[in-house]
Amino acid sequence: MSRYSTVIALMALLIALVLSLAIGSVSLPLDELIGALVGRGSELASSILWKVRLPRTVLIALTGTALGGSGATYQGLFRNPLADPYLIGVASGAGLGAVVAMSLHWPYSFWGMMAVPVAAFGGALLTVTVVYMLARVGKTAPPTTLILAGVAISSFATSLTSFLMLRSEGELHRAMSWLMGGSIQLGWVPVLAILPYLIIGLTILALSGHALNLLQFGDEQAQQLGLNVVSVRKVLLAAASLTTAAAVSFSGIIGFIGLVVPHIMRLWFGEDYRRLVVLSILGGASALLVSDVLARVVLSPQEIPVGIVTALAGAPFFLWILRRVKNQGMV
Amino acid sequence: MLRIRNLFVQYGNRLVLRDVSLDLRRGEVLALIGPNGSGKSTLVRAVSGVIPVARGNIWADEQDVTHQSPMQRARKIAVVPQAISLPPAFTVWQTVLMGRTPYLNFLGQLSQRDEQIVTQALKRVDVLHLSQRCVGELSGGEAQRVLLARALAQSTPILLMDEPTAHLDLKYQVSILHMIRKLAHDDGLAILLILHDLNLAAEYSDRLALLADGQINAIGLAGEVLVADIIGPTYGLPVHIVSHPLHGRPFVTALDAPRV
Repeated sequence: MSRYSTVIALMALLIALVLSLAIGSVSLPLDELIGALVGRGSELASSILWKVRLPRTVLIALTGTALGGSGATYQGLFRNPLADPYLIGVASGAGLGAVVAMSLHWPYSFWGMMAVPVAAFGGALLTVTVVYMLARVGKTAPPTTLILAGVAISSFATSLTSFLMLRSEGELHRAMSWLMGGSIQLGWVPVLAILPYLIIGLTILALSGHALNLLQFGDEQAQQLGLNVVSVRKVLLAAASLTTAAAVSFSGIIGFIGLVVPHIMRLWFGEDYRRLVVLSILGGASALLVSDVLARVVLSPQEIPVGIVTALAGAPFFLWILRRVKNQGMV
Repeated sequence: MLRIRNLFVQYGNRLVLRDVSLDLRRGEVLALIGPNGSGKSTLVRAVSGVIPVARGNIWADEQDVTHQSPMQRARKIAVVPQAISLPPAFTVWQTVLMGRTPYLNFLGQLSQRDEQIVTQALKRVDVLHLSQRCVGELSGGEAQRVLLARALAQSTPILLMDEPTAHLDLKYQVSILHMIRKLAHDDGLAILLILHDLNLAAEYSDRLALLADGQINAIGLAGEVLVADIIGPTYGLPVHIVSHPLHGRPFVTALDAPRV
């Protein structure tokens, strides 16, 4: 099965993309969808597709790639199956950074929006450093202390975020839905704003498979095998945090995708990070797209934030992984 | 092949290696013996570059590697760690591939030649048939041989081994030590291995180095190092040393339980 893993993941992504484009408050059947895509559809269908559905689908897919890719990287980097941008607090840190930028001046201007991911990146780097330093025992961060430190720093960042949001009253409702993982409808601008950061971050992550494989043997062996452990760790931590920050900037804090997707890929296709990171990037996009479709249809015509869907599906999965980890005696 | 000169290593303020000088020759097995805490593992870690050296120099294959990058050093010196804590879901093939790290480009691409070298290494230590098995399913003896194959895949002239016989039963101890001796004598590798068992060290190494309290106390042939007047005081208990009836090398027996 692992030989065709990339093909399978690409096909799943294609299906998820079509579902996300077709399903919504106004459904676009496949023929209308294709018509609108090639420029021969009705005006209404074209307008829905190009102005609403497609930007949202692309933003959701990009967010998913970021969550899946950074999740797999954090797990490999910390040698910890429970590491995930949400659980170790990086997402909340990035969220705080983004909200600080937004509260200074809610980013209506193009350049204002481009600055949001940068602020989120700053927040993400700061949190991951603090959490890792708090969680470290010797040279690794054991699952328990990592999650504990992550939860503590995460709630600290979240309360600061809420405080800042309460102060910007007019935007409160929008901010709340943003925080729970509802994308704001801003057309193509968010996509353009996060794309450069995502390309840089994801390229580094996708090329880091061999280094992550080496780190699974522990830092000492990795270095004896020729890896410059100190600098590789720094680069990967920065790249994963940049990727998380880009995802959080306009989609809010979406939990569990970065935890669940790498795990499923590992179960199905084996523990080789050269494959695992790429598969988690593709799988993250599919998983978040499907979650977003569910978010649109469950209470249709009303939408629920996608973060609620991923948490509902992901939290039981987290408990299942926790049990597996416990049985393997890793905690 | 490996030349260590006036090596000092410290943890914080404590000197753990003091003025260690050592030569490891091509085609030779040198056993590093000494009581617990004498600095044996520290020496292996310092030579392999994972802990910093306070003073002194290390030459490998005529090059001063003391301050070289991990990648440059990994082309000269390979380390066989104890077979504990391997990532259980990795296959044997994947694990041994890691040995090619110092020769890969930044994309981590493997050439056909890399794969040939890995296959040869697996064959050399007789684990080719295990290549698709997961490391977590292996016995201690098999895992130790896989780690040896990984070190061989590194294509280095120097091997350092940290207690390759630990956790192994008698049969696997003997078979891995046989393999190590063949690698030195037939393939010309320079091998430094830490051994706790003085009698295994006497039987399977060409020379012995005795480390005590961070210093080399004695170095030479088994008959020169395994002497009651040296071993007794170093380990802190009286020993009786006889010539082994089969191979004639020294055989050490502790005489008395030490008073703790």
